[in-house]
Amino acid sequence: MSAATAPLLELRGVSKRFVRGLDLAARIARALGAKASEAVVHAVDHVDLAVREGEVVGLVGESGCGKSTLGRMVSRVIAPSEGERLWKGRPYREFDAETARAERLAVQMIFQDPYASLNPRMRIVDIVGEAPVVHGIVTRRACEAYVADLLERVGMDATLMRRFPHQFSGGQRSRIGIARALAVKPRFLVCDEAVAALDVSIQAQVLNLFIRLREELGLTYLFISHDLGVIRHVADRVVVMYLGRIVESGATADLYAHPNHPYTVALIAEVPRVDARHRTYVPVKGEIPSPLAPPTGCHFHPRCPNAFERCRVESPALREIAPGRMSACHLNDRPSP
Amino acid sequence: MSHAATGSGTALLQVEGLRMHFFTKAGVVKAVDDVSFRVERGRVLGLVGESGSGKSMTGYSILGLVDAPGRIVAGSIRLNGTDITKLDEAAWRKLRGERIAMIFQDPMMTLNPVLRIDTQMMEAVRAHHDVSRDSAREACREALARVGIASPEERLRNYPHQFSGGMRQRVAIAIALLNRPDLIIADEPTTALDVTIQGQILFEMQKLCRETGAGLIWITHDLSVISGLADEVCVMYAGRIVESGTVDEILDRPLHPYTRGLLDSVPSRNVPGRPLAQIRGMTPSLASLDEGCSFRERCVRALDECRISPETRTPSAGRTLRCRNPMT
Repeated sequence: MSAATAPLLELRGVSKRFVRGLDLAARIARALGAKASEAVVHAVDHVDLAVREGEVVGLVGESGCGKSTLGRMVSRVIAPSEGERLWKGRPYREFDAETARAERLAVQMIFQDPYASLNPRMRIVDIVGEAPVVHGIVTRRACEAYVADLLERVGMDATLMRRFPHQFSGGQRSRIGIARALAVKPRFLVCDEAVAALDVSIQAQVLNLFIRLREELGLTYLFISHDLGVIRHVADRVVVMYLGRIVESGATADLYAHPNHPYTVALIAEVPRVDARHRTYVPVKGEIPSPLAPPTGCHFHPRCPNAFERCRVESPALREIAPGRMSACHLNDRPSP
Repeated sequence: MSHAATGSGTALLQVEGLRMHFFTKAGVVKAVDDVSFRVERGRVLGLVGESGSGKSMTGYSILGLVDAPGRIVAGSIRLNGTDITKLDEAAWRKLRGERIAMIFQDPMMTLNPVLRIDTQMMEAVRAHHDVSRDSAREACREALARVGIASPEERLRNYPHQFSGGMRQRVAIAIALLNRPDLIIADEPTTALDVTIQGQILFEMQKLCRETGAGLIWITHDLSVISGLADEVCVMYAGRIVESGTVDEILDRPLHPYTRGLLDSVPSRNVPGRPLAQIRGMTPSLASLDEGCSFRERCVRALDECRISPETRTPSAGRTLRCRNPMT
């Protein structure tokens, strides 16, 4: 694949397992014949994901489905247990140290909690300006003007840069987090529930900022959220995860209009909407199972209204069901009634 | 068919001119400022507002949970016709958990982590009723079953950490329902939960209100939750109710520019990919409010006369509005 047509960022067969090893007591117990074994969580299970330049990909799923773990692997905060990450069609492991560092700056992350993600003892000018100085993007002397520029770009008054995080509201802190990410001139932003903690009117302001920055700077986004309304608004393409696996993906409008996987159907039906009055809620039964002991076969089968025998034993593969549309469900193999 | 319009008869809850202020060193913070509304039996009132609008403080005031430096300075709260602001602490204790119950946002904070569920639930029953341990336990098992917890007998012997977030919230709801209260105040109980779990909880709450005839005050910042659940809506901004009415009237024909702005900033009501309609600025600090409409700095329809605080008026039956230049 040539670099021109290759996706900006790609994950191939990426998995992440978190293993809790045995402590001393458990090891002794095992030596004496007890049945102790390591606890393994398959947070992300053989996921393929490609994000093209300039695209906004929305990643949705409920808590514990592995969407944050996937986001952290994309931004290289953590390494995958298995699989390969590619940047512009080249695997990261082929880069020499210097290129790797430069490419690492190209992917930045914006975190959920605007309170916890800013160091309370640092002034805004240092929070935003530290990384570009360290990486030699600006000199220490030019740093203040650079930070002022960034703050204005995210819609903040640059004269406030000597203040501390506690002097700002939630919406302003979100903007500071965005300015910090932009400070190293990234190409790709991973937004992990970046607007979840904000009030509706402030959330609209920050979402508008993301849309404006995309146009101004030509950014590419991986937008992680549990809020399907937000994802529908910002994303070009949506990827739905359930218990570590991708169950469906497709163009946003198409996926919302014609969800294929029963989980996506349920998820979209459950979204509270302003125009639905006095509705009778018909909830999906059950809860998301523990990733420590995922169900056999299709992970969704215990909650699925259409599950049949095959779902219990065989895990469905993610297949293309229409151009640009992938779904992992055995029902697609059945002749439609 | 406006229920709020039926002014006659004793409402389950009638709040009149409630003012709850915090007396801090930095000045008086008017967290709840002249708030009036009523809740009928078996009906759901949605109290909508953003952080700091005073919606939770209104809930706490009804439950008598306001601590110093906060104090109710004016107004009345009538439960079945009796003004409960005049009660002493002993009478409050009898009322709380028995006639009025509250469900909080974070179920992890509501439940005591070192006590088993049965201990916590039975305590709530036996605090109000002189019953045997066995019948208290039976009541707890029924309450758990009612909120959709499978195998309640075994679950009673579990600790809170053995439950998932959604299950914990169900336990909190079960505890609130134990003594069959007349009024339930729910403070953003589904905010921390996933969409499918939120759907389950809303479903249970809706069913329970219909079955038991309890009144429900649902405090939230999420208009889309209100739209599916509530009968009446009060919109709060900076300690005041700026608009109230039936859910259809408020959401379909909002009169206050703030309500309009809130509705317009919901992503699903905008064209995907285009900039969202937004309210400029941010919520003002309650400590530095001056005379006049507190929304006027952010309002697109503000006039000079908005410097003078607008009175609450009744544009149509069952509807209130606090605005000098409403939407047309």
